Amino acid sequence: MLKDITLGQYFPGNSFLHRQDPRMKIIASILYIVAVFLCKNLFSFLFITLFTVALVLLSRIPMKVILKGVKPLLFILIFTTVYNVFFYQGEHLLADLKIVKIYFEGVMFALLMAVRIVCLLVGSSVILTYTTSPIMLTDGLERLLSPLRKIHVPVHEFAMMMTIALRFIPTLIEETDKIMNAQKARGSDLSSGGLIRRAKALIPILIPLFVSAFRRANDLAVAMECRCYRGGNGRTRMTQLRLHAIDWTMLFTVLLCGGAVVIINLYSPGFSV
Amino acid sequence: MAQPLISVRDLTFSYAGEDRQEGVEGDAPAVLKGISLDVEKGSFVCILGRNGSGKSTLAKLLNMILTPTSGKIFIKGKDVTDPAMTEDDMFEVRRSIGMVFQNPDNQLVATIVEEDVAFGPENLGVPPEEIRKRVDGALAAVGMTEYARHSPHQLSGGQKQRVAIAGIIAMLPDCIIFDESTAMLDPQGRREVMNTIQALNREKGITVLHITHNMDEATLADRVLVIDGGELVLDGTPRQVFSSVRRLRTVGLDVPQVTELFSLLREEGFDLPGDVLSEEEGADLLSRYLKENEKSQ
Ligand SMILES: Nc1ncnc2c1ncn2[C@@H]1O[C@H](COP(=O)(O)OP(=O)(O)O)[C@@H](O)[C@H]1O
Ligand SMILES: [Mg+2]
Repeated sequence: MLKDITLGQYFPGNSFLHRQDPRMKIIASILYIVAVFLCKNLFSFLFITLFTVALVLLSRIPMKVILKGVKPLLFILIFTTVYNVFFYQGEHLLADLKIVKIYFEGVMFALLMAVRIVCLLVGSSVILTYTTSPIMLTDGLERLLSPLRKIHVPVHEFAMMMTIALRFIPTLIEETDKIMNAQKARGSDLSSGGLIRRAKALIPILIPLFVSAFRRANDLAVAMECRCYRGGNGRTRMTQLRLHAIDWTMLFTVLLCGGAVVIINLYSPGFSV
Repeated sequence: MAQPLISVRDLTFSYAGEDRQEGVEGDAPAVLKGISLDVEKGSFVCILGRNGSGKSTLAKLLNMILTPTSGKIFIKGKDVTDPAMTEDDMFEVRRSIGMVFQNPDNQLVATIVEEDVAFGPENLGVPPEEIRKRVDGALAAVGMTEYARHSPHQLSGGQKQRVAIAGIIAMLPDCIIFDESTAMLDPQGRREVMNTIQALNREKGITVLHITHNMDEATLADRVLVIDGGELVLDGTPRQVFSSVRRLRTVGLDVPQVTELFSLLREEGFDLPGDVLSEEEGADLLSRYLKENEKSQ
């Protein structure tokens, strides 16, 4: 049922990537995305693909999990590939199918775009979402963005909101399940009828859910006050994030990868996007 | 005599202004009507009273979530209704008088047990190494050490409630108020939590104010207070309070079944005590009484 929904894509483990500092991982994943976009030709794409495969191996996340993560993209992948193959205008004609012409450049372009999309998804999720627990992610974000507090961005408040949301999502899912069962027991039918009828059947589920969510929010606010919560000022943290030399290696590796991509782009021949 | 931990004098309160729940009609009636009481350090006090009698309101006044309409509250001899109280003084009162609520789900903040226990000390600005020590100590005190890295939603109700208690202990309070903290639990969870509360009271000397509807829990206390309609109507040892069966009935409360049985027997003219609390004690008394009657016949 609803309880089976897994939240986030965190895949617990103890690999090199899992142990990296979340702040470095956030920066590294941004750099990685930039590097992927910098790729211009076959060789630089080949290089980034190898780099991504290395990351996957390093994270020790099973191939099955990675493939499952790519599956939702399959449709977009096929659609863009077919589109590019048929409609890209190039110089070297491969086949003339009367209605459409297929060019060598089109095939290359489609291939490289597909590689780019897959790399973006797999690489960034291996660096960040698969290997960082949600709580580390919020912590990392809070600390990374904390300089923005000087210009009155409520960084701590956002992080707190994220933490509370993560804490209450399973509770609310369980509650939704209970309410749905209660309404079913009273004869409400959720799984038949047209769109409008089904939407209407949702109302008796959403209203109790909202009422209870507001009550929970109120209770939690009082409980937090009782535990001396007063915002981010003067607050300390139990788990300190400390950057060790090893945490910089990740960042440097990704930086080097980006540099390598630029150099390969410059000095290798052939079709470039 | 030592100074009481909590001292309340002629306390009145009515919900007005921002404390008022939306949608409550009419003008604000007095919820507390002149309550005076002292709580000694290290005592275990139970507060009884029907729904709406003002128990939770009293609790929230004691740790400054609400502000009295009139009357005075002294915590460790300090007048907390004094307008000169600073914000830091207020947080010191909240640290000193911790509170555990009814719904275990609605008082845990973090996604990991030990992070949640750390929440209070973090708010107080305690240094990280010290927080670590306090968290480990608090989890050990409630017997939840092995669940330190679990997420709250994997725990049972009783376990969640013990985590909530650990979160309060980590702030090193003088007193913990339990506002119907056992009400939503199954018998097993209730037992776990009651054992934890008793251990804290006996071993750590933490003063306990336990609000409950469960009479068996009330018999464990040193002292029972009964509140009705915003007034303190009974105050004494469990024995004294439960012997007033009729008085308790009029304020909508039950007494433990044994106590009721003995008071009914007394009313029928049997020469038995009216303040029996435990079933073993009752069984003993009855068997002795029956044997004596056999002899005299
Ligand atoms: N936020 C509020 N706004 C208005 N009235 C309230 C509010 N909270 C409680 N009350 C009223 O105050 C009275 C005492 O409530 P409470 O202290 O919660 O009782 P208890 O905990 O003994 O059941 C009740 O009549 C209740 O309706
Ligand atoms: Mg209450």
